[in-house]
Amino acid sequence: MNNITRNILTAILLIIAQTIIFNNINLLGYINPFVYIIFVAYYPIKNDRLFFIFISFIIGLLIDIFSDTLGLHAAASVTIAYLRPSVLKISFGLAYIHMVIKFKNIDFKNKLIYLSLLTVMHHTVLFSLEIFNLSKTLFIFERVFMSSIFTITLCILFSYLFKTNER
Amino acid sequence: MRQIIDFFVRNKNFILFLSLFSFSLLLIFSNSKYHSSIVLNSTNSITGNIYETTSSISSYFKLKNENESLNTENTYLKKIIYNYPSTSNDSLKYEVFNSKVIKNSYNLNNNYLTINAGNIDSIAEDMGVVSNKGIIGVTDRISKNYSRVISILNTKLNLNAKLKKSNHFGVLNWNGISNSTIQLMDLPKQTKINIGDTIITGGNSFIFPEGILIGNVLSYKLDDTQNYIEAEISLFNDMTSIKNVYVIKNNHLAELKKLNE
Repeated sequence: MNNITRNILTAILLIIAQTIIFNNINLLGYINPFVYIIFVAYYPIKNDRLFFIFISFIIGLLIDIFSDTLGLHAAASVTIAYLRPSVLKISFGLAYIHMVIKFKNIDFKNKLIYLSLLTVMHHTVLFSLEIFNLSKTLFIFERVFMSSIFTITLCILFSYLFKTNER
Repeated sequence: MRQIIDFFVRNKNFILFLSLFSFSLLLIFSNSKYHSSIVLNSTNSITGNIYETTSSISSYFKLKNENESLNTENTYLKKIIYNYPSTSNDSLKYEVFNSKVIKNSYNLNNNYLTINAGNIDSIAEDMGVVSNKGIIGVTDRISKNYSRVISILNTKLNLNAKLKKSNHFGVLNWNGISNSTIQLMDLPKQTKINIGDTIITGGNSFIFPEGILIGNVLSYKLDDTQNYIEAEISLFNDMTSIKNVYVIKNNHLAELKKLNE
């Protein structure tokens, strides 16, 4: 199976899993994980960056169509797709600059930092745009915090479940 | 000229990001009917079918409760029918269609439901949706087989509601925080309101008939202007588990709208 079909399959699986399972968890009434961002996090680094930004946007938009939140997830995922190189630099330092990262064998600490940064960025954009009300800033922070914990935990579990062989 | 081209080439990632990001902002904040023409919501046939399948699976686990609640409603309705003089069918002001919720959300700021009835079942925009316990929302986008319903748990929806005992009315709007309570605003100061009072839909709306149950008063206070009462309403409906709903069609809607133009 070549890379492109493999990526498309992963994307479709993640979108379906997100809309059917993860959007309906509603822990404590409102906490849902947004696991589909694992696609943005683990997309091969060496591929074309323009295409990567575009594909992240499309995935966000598809999630939006399913959950009737037109534009919210698209905005959030295109943001983290654009900022990913900086996040990689912060979390992996020299290893990223010399292009020697392999997602399958990075240590737990770096993985945690990398996924947490991406998740918090994504959730901040998502919930700020969704609620879009300055007087509810505290409520936004609460949601970002709660959902982030959930998403990070699940993303780390998933990253061990489906180890990829790509760079 | 060359420098301008160089600038674009150098910043192509940023420009793509910026244009896609602003496009999503446009989608979020524009309220135009543009979205309904391009099918970017959950009523299109692909998403509709997927939700229909999953909901038909999950509904098996709730069959018993649903049956019980439908039975109670049937007995209640039978009681009303037997006590009413017969009415001829063509002069009815409201028509009722039944439908099932195939997708429900209640943890966002603007929640929508999808039901499995559409154009074919003569559903149109701006029809009221209720369940046996009370109000659910208003239809807004219709496709061939599915319709999207603006839930009352949507900060953009304003409805007319009143106190059952005194006919004072206010505006019903959700503040986006708890999915079991909703806010009733702009009640006149002289309203005599008590905790536990029942709130029903007011007759001022063309969408809902008068007297559909909404909830009862949890607490109330004067608002910032000191002229109106703001009340916290606890909903009769559990918005987190809805299956069978009824869509209400107002046969006089066109006439009423024409009159108010």
